[in-house]
Amino acid sequence: MHKKPKKYSVFSLIKNSLTYHENWQPAWRSPEPKKEYDAIIVGGGGHGLTTAYYLAKNHGITNIAIIEKGWIGGGNTGRNTTIIRSNYLWDQSAALYDHALKLWEGMSQELNYNVMFSQRGVMNVAHTLHDVRELKRRWHANRLNNIDCEWLNTHQVKKFCPIINTSPNIRYPVLGATLQRRAGTARHDAVAWGYARGADAMGVDIIQNCEVTDIKISNGNVTGIETTKGSINTKKLGIVTAGHSSVMAKMAGMRLPLESRPLQALVSEPVKPIIDTVVMSNTIHAYVSQSDKGELVIGAGTDGYTSYTQRGGFNIVEDTIAAVVELFPLFSRMKMLRHWGGIVDICPDASPIVSKTHINGLYFNCGWGTGGFKATPGSGWVFAHTIANDEPHIINAPFTINRFSSGELVDEHGAAAVAH
Amino acid sequence: MTKKISFTFDGKKYFGNENNTLAEALIDNGVFLIGRSFKYHRPRGIISAGSEEPNAIVQLESGNVTEPNVRATEVFLYEGLSARSQNNWPSVNFDLGSINDLLSPFFPAGFYYKTFMWPPKFWEKYEYFIRRAAGLGKSPNEDDPDKYEHFHYHCDVLVIGSGISGLYAAELAAKANLKVLLVEQYNSLGGEINSYASQNLQNNKSGKKENYETKLFNEINLKLEKFENVKIIKHTSVFAYMHNNYLLACQKINSKDIRQIIWKIRAQKVVLATGSIERPLIFHNNDRPGIMLANSARKYANRNLNLGKNIIVFTNNDYAYQAAIDFKLLNTATKVLVVDIRNSSKGDLVEQARGLGINILFNHVISNTSGRKKINSVSIHKINENTNSIIDRYGKVSCDLLCVSGGWSPTVHLFTQSRGKLIYRESDATFIPHKSFQNEISIGACNGTFELDKILEETYLKMSKLLSSFNKKIQKSDYNKIEKTFYDKMKHLWIIPSNINFNKTKMFVDYQNDVTAKDIKLALKEGYKSIEHVKRYTTTGMATDQGKTSNINALGIISELSKIPIHDLGTTTFRLPYTPVSFGALAGRHVKEFFDVERTTPMHNWHLDNGAKFEDVGQWKRAWYYPQNGENMFEAVNREVKATRDGIGILDASTLGKIDIKGQDANEFLNRVYTNSWSKLKIGKCRYGIMLGDDGMVIDDGVTSRLAENHYIMTTTTGNAASVMSKLEDWLQTEWPELKVYLTSVTEQFGTISINGPFAKNLMIKLFPNVDFSNENFSHMSFKNADIDNVKCRVMRISFTGEMCYEINVPSSYAKSLWEKCIELGNEYNITPYGTEAMHVLRAEKGFIIVGQETDGSVTPIDLDMSWIVSKKKYDFVGKRALSRKDTARNDRKQLVGILTKDPNYVLEEGAQLVNKISKLPMEMIGHVTSSYYSPNLGRSIALALVKEGLKKKDQTVYAPMPDKTIEVKISNPVFIDPENERVEG
Amino acid sequence: MFLINCPYCGERDQAEFSCGGEAHITRPKNPPELTDDQWADYLFMRKNIKGIQFERWNHSNGCRRWFNVVRNTSTDEIIKVYNIGESPPNINGNNPSTPSGEPIIGSGNISTTFEKK
Repeated sequence: MHKKPKKYSVFSLIKNSLTYHENWQPAWRSPEPKKEYDAIIVGGGGHGLTTAYYLAKNHGITNIAIIEKGWIGGGNTGRNTTIIRSNYLWDQSAALYDHALKLWEGMSQELNYNVMFSQRGVMNVAHTLHDVRELKRRWHANRLNNIDCEWLNTHQVKKFCPIINTSPNIRYPVLGATLQRRAGTARHDAVAWGYARGADAMGVDIIQNCEVTDIKISNGNVTGIETTKGSINTKKLGIVTAGHSSVMAKMAGMRLPLESRPLQALVSEPVKPIIDTVVMSNTIHAYVSQSDKGELVIGAGTDGYTSYTQRGGFNIVEDTIAAVVELFPLFSRMKMLRHWGGIVDICPDASPIVSKTHINGLYFNCGWGTGGFKATPGSGWVFAHTIANDEPHIINAPFTINRFSSGELVDEHGAAAVAH
Repeated sequence: MTKKISFTFDGKKYFGNENNTLAEALIDNGVFLIGRSFKYHRPRGIISAGSEEPNAIVQLESGNVTEPNVRATEVFLYEGLSARSQNNWPSVNFDLGSINDLLSPFFPAGFYYKTFMWPPKFWEKYEYFIRRAAGLGKSPNEDDPDKYEHFHYHCDVLVIGSGISGLYAAELAAKANLKVLLVEQYNSLGGEINSYASQNLQNNKSGKKENYETKLFNEINLKLEKFENVKIIKHTSVFAYMHNNYLLACQKINSKDIRQIIWKIRAQKVVLATGSIERPLIFHNNDRPGIMLANSARKYANRNLNLGKNIIVFTNNDYAYQAAIDFKLLNTATKVLVVDIRNSSKGDLVEQARGLGINILFNHVISNTSGRKKINSVSIHKINENTNSIIDRYGKVSCDLLCVSGGWSPTVHLFTQSRGKLIYRESDATFIPHKSFQNEISIGACNGTFELDKILEETYLKMSKLLSSFNKKIQKSDYNKIEKTFYDKMKHLWIIPSNINFNKTKMFVDYQNDVTAKDIKLALKEGYKSIEHVKRYTTTGMATDQGKTSNINALGIISELSKIPIHDLGTTTFRLPYTPVSFGALAGRHVKEFFDVERTTPMHNWHLDNGAKFEDVGQWKRAWYYPQNGENMFEAVNREVKATRDGIGILDASTLGKIDIKGQDANEFLNRVYTNSWSKLKIGKCRYGIMLGDDGMVIDDGVTSRLAENHYIMTTTTGNAASVMSKLEDWLQTEWPELKVYLTSVTEQFGTISINGPFAKNLMIKLFPNVDFSNENFSHMSFKNADIDNVKCRVMRISFTGEMCYEINVPSSYAKSLWEKCIELGNEYNITPYGTEAMHVLRAEKGFIIVGQETDGSVTPIDLDMSWIVSKKKYDFVGKRALSRKDTARNDRKQLVGILTKDPNYVLEEGAQLVNKISKLPMEMIGHVTSSYYSPNLGRSIALALVKEGLKKKDQTVYAPMPDKTIEVKISNPVFIDPENERVEG
Repeated sequence: MFLINCPYCGERDQAEFSCGGEAHITRPKNPPELTDDQWADYLFMRKNIKGIQFERWNHSNGCRRWFNVVRNTSTDEIIKVYNIGESPPNINGNNPSTPSGEPIIGSGNISTTFEKK
């Protein structure tokens, strides 16, 4: 068995400073893969790491490997705008994301790793009567689902976020907003690292720089994988590879209802605190928050085509910046410091797939689109349950692949349908 | 003579010269302490002379033109310039935050991941202080008064960088008669030539080489000016290299009208001549003010600045000797000492330095420095032959400037942005371009070619090849009579040995973010082994300079500590932008009134003149209601609704999408895209249709009229007009190319006036006296052409209010005058313009749906209780198959019903959720209110809702739990007025 | 923004076009005879290829014509443009050699910046 990692605390910091930080332990090991595991998780992003963590913690399955082709947390986990909220419209989604939000609330303590989850609130701004109607619908649904949500009128919006432009004379004036105070942001890398440390401590092998090249299937059962570090056997294989889900599905002879698209984001140069919440606007496509470092963190929209290049059209960025300047004219002289792209796999109903497949022992967790980060702990929790029991958890039961045949979609972007 | 310009720094007034950067002026005034570092608040000065500057960043100006984090090395002096240091309190000289420096043993890399977790839920309290401590400058807090512009440019050859290689490349391309754009990030051409000895050296014998380069530069420059096919833009930083040679550059104009311009350049060929950046050396206390990159100091010396009298140059290569030589020749300093890591060097420059009497210490390193706010001395140690450990103390040597050089890093940022691949060159520890992905070449220092003769040769060879693709041949310019300089090998030493325990050292790798070599060691020790993990854990390379000086050193340190060769580590991604770009510039003109297109109807001005309030519907501005005599919205809407049912209401419906459909298969086409049957629709008749996606969900609705045998006009909802048109085109062009059908969007060709109410016919007769409006000859759901003053109109008798209604489609240019005529002639029937709000009330009274309001992408026509419109006979239509899917065919889905509140005066909120019974949270919801209004005709509120199994629940009581109280409601028929449809007949 | 060579208008910025997804998915002629699974297969299931992909594009802000494009989705290189109705051309694909197309060692982004010696 593995030694329990030494606890992080202000005392351990002081103690270690006396030995000039010579005695810190690695946060996780770098083992070579074994010949066989009880379960293998492909993909060392947030969702993969939490899956392994909860398989070990909740289901006692510790003989697990996480296979990561690059470095853990290097995909969308390390590229997103870190917005965490659970104010979804449909009951099924609300249950999924609020379960995750509850896990976020105790995460730093549970992991003994400060993920800096900061509940500074998320405001979803309405600019048209259609927005108002849809956001109010969501507000009431959230309330009755016991998810904290408030409606702010324009005056209250201004009070809560004084730098937002609430002039009635702008092209799309602010007509109101929903506010979820429990929502907020977190330090994205820390989530991956914290769960990696936690999973490692329970015996999970995290194998980086190892790429899966094939999935071995015999008589409809998964038997293992081929990797760049050799063949590994397992009877339970969980695929959590976000943008590359279809690439993995192809190895199993499957297709998924996914399109992988570029999604871009950027940060400004760091400045002293100027915006103390997260502001999201679907209508004009702007998502802004400020990191603890002081950078404005801004998310853009997806490009409308498949691409695995982690690069989108710059016109999308220009549109996003214009929207940000429209809502926050004072940011006009701020400067874009760093821009990047990721690959998001999008389902037709903008809801994820956390599901068994027709192949025994093969499970997929994908289709989180542009919003998977917030679900990280919840996604792993229910996916671990699905893998351990070969049955979905009640929370992810609505998110099977079968819903695309039956028609029981959870259409989250329907709620943002265009106006009449 | 240069003119003196006054400026202030931290409130103190100074004078500088024209064409000086702020950094130059500060140095010249003896100001070396410019700012404080991010984490430890250590005093910092100017390190470089360019866009790689990590330390000397200031808050420029104040008020609405303030700009945070401006590099003092990039901003040019102007009269009255005002700058302030950042990240210190109360002042840069005495900064309380510098206590962090003393506490730094407790703040190793990533310390914040290990603490601030107790007590639980306290993070936000800690965070409050952390956030205030972090950040650098201050965001403006007023609107930007300046304007920005975007500019598109196409050229044959784009040359980036105007050093010798770039200039020569531009000249060669210009001679080949191609359209050339030369972009320079600074305000003068020449690149490194600007660091070369200037006029002062011309008469000096030893300055021959510098003279040659300056002469060469002047020569090419002069030639370039004569070419009309060359455009040169300065002060312009190319910050992104995207697909297909699409590059973006930001030009700083700072004129009264335009502050900055984004150039969007599409080039046939790109020539990267972006130069290189000098590297610092990593030694203990290498960050004090007065420690500078050697070549930057040389540049400053050549601009006759007061750098220091006692200068030490610390180097691992020959190039830095040029700085020492210049200091001597220019009489910058009285004492110049070179400390060289290497055992020896036979390089020409070393010989020259020796000849000038410059003292050189080989096999020595600087192991420490002192001087809190400005360097005053260094400790020098002798190292062993293998250069990996200290063997002897040389002593403490005083100085007032320390120049360092760790070699040069080619500026490959744009090359890698173009997706080219790099290769690692061991000899001078550089990443150089290896495999191109796009149509581009790298020449000169950015290609790892540092020596003048080789640069000229390489430029010629690569340009010849590039130009041959344009079928152009070029002559070599006669610049090659160059005295070759021999440079001896450099020696790489990523961590300078010190007599101090490594774990106690402060060897700064990333100056701004305060990342030290021992932080990198800690990261590796803790398992953060990937270069990306090290970067993210320590934050190295993530400051406002994005690691221009630090990335390669961080990589070298990782390699040295982990014993993994650099070429197995890879690099982090060189992300755009190369230098930060203002949001204002990126947004360009797309702000304020130009943020988004505003679409207005032909009658828009009439609505404006008559006090209408507007609603945004997609890009359209639609009249929402017309308050009169101080009415509030409620009163105005009630008046409009009542007037429509009592007299005549007139609506501007011009925004509805209109698609002209022609062709012999048009009827078959409609049968495929709508759920109902169109086969029997007679000419002159209209029919309502619902359009589905192939997933069975409603995407649009509207009335289509048959104008002639093979000619129809389809109307769509306002918001879906474009997407419906696209979808129909898609079906026709890709799925059913055999159908002879032609579509034209005519939305903006017609204005649409909808005349509703019991007296609608009276008005129509007055408007069109020649048309027979009798019910027999012009029945509901039929169509007629009609002329008014020789203007051809199309009149459809269709109704979205349940009243007798005529919709007149009139060519847009006549729409406003026809509207005015309607108002004038309708006066006797109390004609009342009504807006979208009254329209909503009127249609809701009749239970008519609005796509996008009653539907949300999850609703079928069956759910809307409109199975009558879904043909059972047609073998197929778009969406048909999906309706019989297991879940879609359920009969307990959410269905459209009417809702009547128990309290008739209470108007439910749209979006309110409905429940069967009140319980503790969470409550099980059975549906939601889609539309809700006060109906003045019924004298009570009405609503529509989608409710689970709603059709079975008629007359049942359900509840809408609102935040303040629970509303009791009854489920009803969704048709509240005139269920027999009598009014529509008049 | 990459360039697309519209067969009707010539080379234009990608921003002028909209992508219609995977090409050569024909709407079934006999929907009523299909199972729910078969209908879902037509409607939703996609190859979503990393590498050479055949897809439909529309010059939506130009001539509004649809056409097919062969594009390498791992580089955004356009290999061929051809008309609707034509059968897919035979492309000797340089599909990524490993599934991800990236080298084994180093960071996830290594292929974009750096080639191992």
